[in-house]
Formats: sequence, C-alpha cells, structure tokens
Amino acid sequence: MTDGRPAGPGCPVSEDREVVVTGLGTSSPVGGDAPATWNALLSGVSGVRGIKEAWADVLPVRIAAPVAVEPAERLATYETRRLGRVQQLALLAAREAWQDAGAPETPPERLAVAVSSGGGGVGSLLDQYDVLRERGWQRLSPLTLPMYMANGPAAWISVEFGAAAELHAPASACASGADALARGRELIRSGQADVVLAGGADAMIHPVIVAGFAAMRALSRRNEDPEGACRPFDAGRDGFVLGEGAGVMVLEAAGHAARRGARVYAELAGAGRSADAYHIANPDPSGAGAARAMRRALADAGVKPGEIAHVNVHATGTTLGDAAEAVALRQVLGPGLCGASVAATKSLTGHLLGAAGAVEAVITALTLHHGVVPPAVNLDEPDASIGDDVLRAVVRGGPGVLPEGAAAALSNSFAFGGQNVSLVLRRRS
Amino acid sequence: MARTEQEILAGVAEILHDVCGIEPARSTVDKAFVDDLDVDSLSMYEIGMTTQDRFGVELPDEDMRGLRTVGDLVDYIRMAGVSA
Repeated sequence: MTDGRPAGPGCPVSEDREVVVTGLGTSSPVGGDAPATWNALLSGVSGVRGIKEAWADVLPVRIAAPVAVEPAERLATYETRRLGRVQQLALLAAREAWQDAGAPETPPERLAVAVSSGGGGVGSLLDQYDVLRERGWQRLSPLTLPMYMANGPAAWISVEFGAAAELHAPASACASGADALARGRELIRSGQADVVLAGGADAMIHPVIVAGFAAMRALSRRNEDPEGACRPFDAGRDGFVLGEGAGVMVLEAAGHAARRGARVYAELAGAGRSADAYHIANPDPSGAGAARAMRRALADAGVKPGEIAHVNVHATGTTLGDAAEAVALRQVLGPGLCGASVAATKSLTGHLLGAAGAVEAVITALTLHHGVVPPAVNLDEPDASIGDDVLRAVVRGGPGVLPEGAAAALSNSFAFGGQNVSLVLRRRS
Repeated sequence: MARTEQEILAGVAEILHDVCGIEPARSTVDKAFVDDLDVDSLSMYEIGMTTQDRFGVELPDEDMRGLRTVGDLVDYIRMAGVSA
C-alpha cells in the first residue's frame, strides 16, 4: 500500500489518512474572509444590524446579520447573474480556502466536494416567483432551478475546481455545515478522496424567512439594540439573530498534505451525529441527543472528555437551546468543563444557519492554531440556571488564551428536526 | 430610429459579457455561439430574454434555434427593427 489509501473495509486507517485542515475560507457578517472574520471576533465587533429595507417595517423582527462584504464586489457580472446568493458566498469561500491551502494539485477523481446549505437557493426561488407573477414565465431566469437546488453551492464548486470524485450536500438545517465537514472527513478516511472542499453556506435574509422564524418566536426582538440582541447564556436572551454567510475548509489526507509540505491549521479528528427524536423544532431539554453526538465525536477522535480544552458552542441565544446545550456539556465533559474555555461566537456573528457549523469550525481551527479564544459579548447577566461550570468557561471581556501543547476542541451544531453534529478538532504536534 | 449594425453588435457583445463573461472584443459577427464562444443552451435562453429587454425584439425559441453566430443574432435584431 504505497499510495496511502486503505485496502478496503475493515482495514485499519493509517496515519496517512488522518484528516487535516490546510485551507480556510469564510464570508461572515463580521468579515469578508477568514482573517477579517477572525480579527473582528477578537476585537468583539458585532455583525448584527437593523434591516434597512422597507419590508421589515411591518415585521416584529427588524434586525439581522448580513455578510460584511457583498459577494457581488468580488464576482464578475455574469457570475452574479448565474449564481444565487448562497452559491456566490459558497464559491467565494471555496476560492479563498483553495488559495489559502496553496491550490493543492489533485487529480479530479481524487478531489471531492461536500458543501451544504440549510435553505439552498430559496431566496432566488422566491425572487423568481415574484417575476413569474408580475411578468410571466417567459421572463423567468433559465437558471431558476439550478439557483434553487440544495446541492447548487456544492455543484458550482465541483464545476469550478473540477472536483470529480464525489459531490455531497447533506441537508441538515442548522447542522448542515458541520454535517458536510463530517462527510468530507469520511470521504478521506474511506479512501474515496485525498482532498475535499467541505463546508456550508446560507443566505436567507428574506421577508418570508424572517417572518417565518418570527412566527415561531425563534428570533430576538431586541430591535432597538441590534448589537446586544444575541445573548448566549444571558438571562435576558430572547432568541437568535438571523445571519448569512459561508465557511469552507480544504480537508486533506495527512499524508497528502505532508508530501507537499502544506501548512496544517489543525486535524479534523472526529465527528459524531445523533438525532433527538423528540420535537420538530425544540431541543430535547435533557440534552441527551446533543450529548450523544459529542460522545460519538470524542470516541471517533479517540479523545477523552478530560482532553477537551475548548468548546465552540452552538448557543444561538434561545432560551431552550442554550439551556439544553449546557446540560449536555455537563453530561459529557463533567468536571473537565472547569479547565476548558468556551467560545459563544454567535453573540457577534448571529446564527448563520447551514453555514454556522462550517464558519465555527473555521474559527475553532484558528483558535487551536493561534492559541487564542474569541470572546463572547452580551453575557451581562448570566442565567444562573445554565450553571456556574459552563458560565465560568465562557470567555468574555477580551480574548482568552488556550494553553500550549496538545489540545483538542469540540465544535457543536444542533438543528431544527433534532439533528445534532459535533466535530472534534485537534492541534497537530 | 433604426440602429446601425455596429450599435447592435456592441449591444449584443455587452449582453454576452453580462450573461456569459465573454470579453466584448471576442464577440465578432463570425463567431459561433456554441463552437467558438462556448455558450450553453441555458445561457442562450437568457441571451434571448436580455435581447428582448434591451432591443424590444421578441425572440421565440424556434427562431433562437436557427441563430448560430453572433452575426445571425445581429441580423435578426436589425431585421426585426426594420419590420417593426
């Protein structure tokens, strides 16, 4: 076995097939790329703002977290016509990640894409529905369906990079980005690909989506204080803030990366999934499903709970979700929570839905790489029912420091439908 | 007011740039949409739609299928302008 690929099912996976992160790309409400996003998070810059468009005037929620840099600024006219907004964000993040990784030379049949989206091109579809009603079918874009389809972002990336190994777009609502990264990891571990562009994107700041989440009473209504609206673990939290963005990682077989001398941010060491099987939208308050996903991720990575030095929590700022995650963290990490740091980055970025897990995995990789933890904001009056162990671990009031040496981190993503995905990232020595 | 062939060609080149990203200088009358400029069928329909917006010329599918080159489209727009 000279090419580092496993011989077949049941064959132990060699060190060569460990999965490392060699490229990062992000478009977020706080930055147009990964370095800008990272720097903004360390400075505590919020991406939440008032919605200026008139359609929001009649809604109970008039705040959101749009991307900091409009994708059209970095795309040709024909690209903005051809790609829906979510596809634009995904493609830009993929380009950034690819360049960041040094554009690894990879045969097409060894390069895969796993990029997902919670809502796909629903915004494009709704825009075209307006065209249909106002101007007739002849005026519809011939690309209406390609702009809408859930695998559209992944498909455009596959076409642009000539990624012919496999194409995946697991639809997992707000866990989509993390689920796609887990899929990307599996593709490398199983030997189906050597390099995978993996992540997630979403762009759903549209009247019917805002109104729909508002009808669920899921969104913060702190309209007069946008930057204070997302308050993970705070007693005054009243819902999440709808954001948009994209995160893409270049995942690579460790042997492949080593042979070309690639810079490695971290290892994507494990992934765990579970389902609550409890409610279509509410989390299971027992935290059982979330805890199961975390335990599976730890087992997959061969990491003990006590070895977790850091957690990027899902914590969207909803009453039920934050409470359930705290319970789950306690179940899994136990006393280990005391020595760990917790990053609640949605307090600054808002909730990027299907992009959240991917952008937060990017942030977690950078946390391990730089040894610095981005601070949370708005935790002014900690909710005592969350528990002191979790509350004390949340880094706030300025960046935290991650101890040097071996370190592993969890990144959590939980979704409507009761879908849970946890990732374990680890520093490479 | 009738447009000159040059004006129509410049307009078509702009449409091809906006829809397909083709540099305007490449869109000369002898270029075939599919063989020379790599325009796919979905983009052809969008070019038809944009032609209507820009020149006010209806371009039914059956006529569109007969247009092989940039020059064919320029002529079609010019003739439609004359008969209008």
